[in-house]
Amino acid sequence: MLVPILKQRDFLIATIQSALTDDDLLQLRDELAERVGRCRSRGVIVDVTVLDVMDSFAARTLRALAHMVGLRGARTVIVGIQPEVAFAMVQLGLTLGDVETALDLEEGIELMQKRAKRSANRGR
Amino acid sequence: MRSNEGRLPDSVEQPSSESTSALLKELVAHLRDNRTQLREDWARRITESRLLTAMTREEIFAEATAVYDNYVTVLETGSVEALEAYARDLSERIIPRGVEVHEVLGIVLLLRDVLARSLFVKYQSEPPLLSRALDVYEPAANRIATTVAVGFVQERERIIRQQQEAIRELSTPVLQVRERLLILPIIGVIDPQRARQITEQLLRGIRHNRAKVVVIDITGVPTVDSAVANHLVQTVDASRLMGATVIVTGLSPEIAQTLVTIGVDLSRMRTVGDLQGGIEEAERLLGYKVIREETEEESEEEEPEATT
Repeated sequence: MLVPILKQRDFLIATIQSALTDDDLLQLRDELAERVGRCRSRGVIVDVTVLDVMDSFAARTLRALAHMVGLRGARTVIVGIQPEVAFAMVQLGLTLGDVETALDLEEGIELMQKRAKRSANRGR
Repeated sequence: MRSNEGRLPDSVEQPSSESTSALLKELVAHLRDNRTQLREDWARRITESRLLTAMTREEIFAEATAVYDNYVTVLETGSVEALEAYARDLSERIIPRGVEVHEVLGIVLLLRDVLARSLFVKYQSEPPLLSRALDVYEPAANRIATTVAVGFVQERERIIRQQQEAIRELSTPVLQVRERLLILPIIGVIDPQRARQITEQLLRGIRHNRAKVVVIDITGVPTVDSAVANHLVQTVDASRLMGATVIVTGLSPEIAQTLVTIGVDLSRMRTVGDLQGGIEEAERLLGYKVIREETEEESEEEEPEATT
């Protein structure tokens, strides 16, 4: 199952559409890391609203994704983790480390725009 | 030969069902005839044993009459359904008045003794008949005692469950104090089940109110041990996964000391002294500024943070 990646101004939005296999996740990770450079993006939003399970592999891959993207100069925000998923994750001891999270896509975009504005102001 | 011998004692010990039912009828008739006297005996012995002290003599007598009649009916029909309903109803009435399990058991056993005594008196000249009468009477009497006791205990358990449910419902409100700011005051002991429920409720609240900051106030939590601390950490982590920041407030000096002593790692948790401080911190995070007007009456003004 391919995850569509949309370019929205200077950030990328990857919306997961259905449950992903481990391979799909790895592919998403690599694709995003590659696209960040090609599109010269400042940030990546991964929308996981549809996922009703998050296993240790998925959590680890998302962490890795955030670090890889970070090394290529962009920030990552994971959005749309459902209450049940969040609860199950902490019960299993899974964390996303210091990866940023937001309630939903709207929040994630807002976060990105705020940050873009802030760094633009700083650069001035 | 042998089989005949083997059967013989059986037929002596086990009277035919016809004679049993005849005996039962006789028993019931005996208990009905002596209703007034046995009932009084029983009520007197209840008072003597200092049972049901929460009830007046008249009440005891009224209940005794009802129980007695039910008792005889059960002996006659062998069906405990009516008695079960009555026991439930009785329990419902007497539990709020502080009647204890030992009292209920005590009075039922007393009735059993009173009736057994009367049977001894009635059949004392005919020991074989007495033994048969007791064979019929005892299982039924035991069954009745069990039914009443179980009915009482079940009713108590039902009340306890209901109250637990009520406490649970009451005790974990998730309240919105400002746009995107929730507070969760926790009062009382946190057990694993409650901790789970609090977390679930909070996460649902975060999604529903689109909250960004949550203040958890634990002023009303008497003790915090490592289990509770871990639950708190889990709640904070889960909220963070949904993009919300959690501020924990109201850690008393004692609780702080306990946590330091048992070495719980709360470094990932944002803590502020009291609820007021927590809300102020949350407002800062959300970019609210509360300004006091110069006029006499206090009023609050909210300004969205000027993005820098």
